[in-house]
Amino acid sequence: MSTPSASPVPALVVDNLRKTYGNGVEALKGISLTVQQGDFFALLGPNGAGKSTLIGILSSLVNSTDGDARVFGVSVNKQRGEAMQLIGLVPQEINFNQFERPFDICVNEAGFYGIPRKIAAQRAEKYLKELRLWDKAFDQARMMSGGMKRRLMIARAMMNEPKLLILDEPTAGVDIEIRRSMWQFVSGINAAGTTVILTTHYLEEAESLCRNIAIIDHGTIVENTTMKRLLATLDVETFVLDVDSAPTELPQHPGIVLRRIDDHTLEAEMSRKQDLNALFSALNAIGVTVRSMRNKANRLEELFLRLIGNGAEKAA
Amino acid sequence: MNSSANLVALYTITRREIMRVVRIWSQTLIPPVITMTLYFVIFGKLVGSRIGTIEHGFTYIQYLAPGLVMMSIINNSYANISSSFFGAKFQRSVEEMLVSPMPNWVILLGYVAGSVARGLVVGALVLGVALFFTALHITHPLVMLVSVVLGATIFALAGFVNAIYAKKFDDIALVPTFVLTPLTYLGGVFYSVNMLKEPWQAMSRANPILYMVNTFRYGVIGVSDVDVVTGLVVMIGFVTGLSIIALQLLKRGVGLRS
Repeated sequence: MSTPSASPVPALVVDNLRKTYGNGVEALKGISLTVQQGDFFALLGPNGAGKSTLIGILSSLVNSTDGDARVFGVSVNKQRGEAMQLIGLVPQEINFNQFERPFDICVNEAGFYGIPRKIAAQRAEKYLKELRLWDKAFDQARMMSGGMKRRLMIARAMMNEPKLLILDEPTAGVDIEIRRSMWQFVSGINAAGTTVILTTHYLEEAESLCRNIAIIDHGTIVENTTMKRLLATLDVETFVLDVDSAPTELPQHPGIVLRRIDDHTLEAEMSRKQDLNALFSALNAIGVTVRSMRNKANRLEELFLRLIGNGAEKAA
Repeated sequence: MNSSANLVALYTITRREIMRVVRIWSQTLIPPVITMTLYFVIFGKLVGSRIGTIEHGFTYIQYLAPGLVMMSIINNSYANISSSFFGAKFQRSVEEMLVSPMPNWVILLGYVAGSVARGLVVGALVLGVALFFTALHITHPLVMLVSVVLGATIFALAGFVNAIYAKKFDDIALVPTFVLTPLTYLGGVFYSVNMLKEPWQAMSRANPILYMVNTFRYGVIGVSDVDVVTGLVVMIGFVTGLSIIALQLLKRGVGLRS
């Protein structure tokens, strides 16, 4: 992965963006954020937080109530056409004509961006092959599996070779193997210089792929920082321990909270500063043998829940 | 986008629309030919043979033929765009175009061109069927051509507006059933409005389809119930008005953008 360049023009500047729908729902309450060129940026949040509204405004499918967004310095509100030339969108829902052939879907998409048919056909072949869809290129799209349809939407989004690729939950419902191949492709695109914005509910994806992150909840940004800095704020971790036999009387140790889950499982909540040896010593002292151990949730998930939890408390 | 990019985009939509018509030819091209063949057999041959001449010495089937051709063009042009554009809305594939840099006029013109193409192909097929039943000597080919293009364009634009407002498939069937069909049947396809008494004759002249059918009929057999120049002006007026409405709806994103 490349590191974000220090270009003076960010890939995306969102400036005090607001959206109130006709039914009075305030989906975005004046959010601002910046994504630098070359970044792999995670935009996370629970369902209904405002992520899709933000992506809708960036892709001009949703009209903002106030504020603006600039893509490589080009205003989405004032220079829509120029801004859209720079963006590739992989939406959350399948949104191509299922009776058309993948090859035609890609070539037509390029046509909408004014790309001549000959070049479009070459690009369609290139991206359909890279996403392992070429053998289905001339079948009706409705015959493809869910994972293939999602990959087709990535291929389609690449037809105008965008400088900013926005992926809105692209791996929802996709099996692990295909998910990995998708991320391999997107990482390659990012390494080649395309800025990527990703929304996903698979937080381990965001943690492993993204360098910067914004968490949005109830239409406001509750966190916007680097992934490294955010993970560093995690001070408590929970481990799940598989043991031979879980005692009913658990040892007390400062800084470690032990819970018995069932006859063979314990949970240990402890500070990241706490020495793991202390945990094993305490268990060893009462004759508990630990067979294996894992994190209860991944680190980002724990932070995410904490941040969203705070947001929910504030909202309440 | 610059003008050459706009042309590529326009070609893309038009080509896609025409390919759709060809791909589902059994739904788009054959049914109107069968329906109109039945009209020619029943109204033209069986009933028409008992009517004799209707105007200026023309047999009923000769008088009927241009009306049926125009009726086919209008219906197919309207049905094509309303079902195709609403289908794109329904499947959300319309978003492919909405998130692209294409200007609205390219989207509109591409869809209209595709629908006009279907209207003209169906019109040509129905005209071919008419020639099996009667002889027609085209008197004003230019008027004929201009009137079919304008007529198809008007109903393509109207169908587009209908599809923009439609929320379900039933909504795109309402206008053809309750507006288009009555206006077509009362628009001089089957008879001359000169045969009507007042106030029916005056009321008929408020029907825009009357001008389309008669201008086309003038182009084919040289007979019309309305002044041809008036007919062409009325049609150009409708094209202009409906284009403005459709472009405004696209600009505001009615039914398309939140």
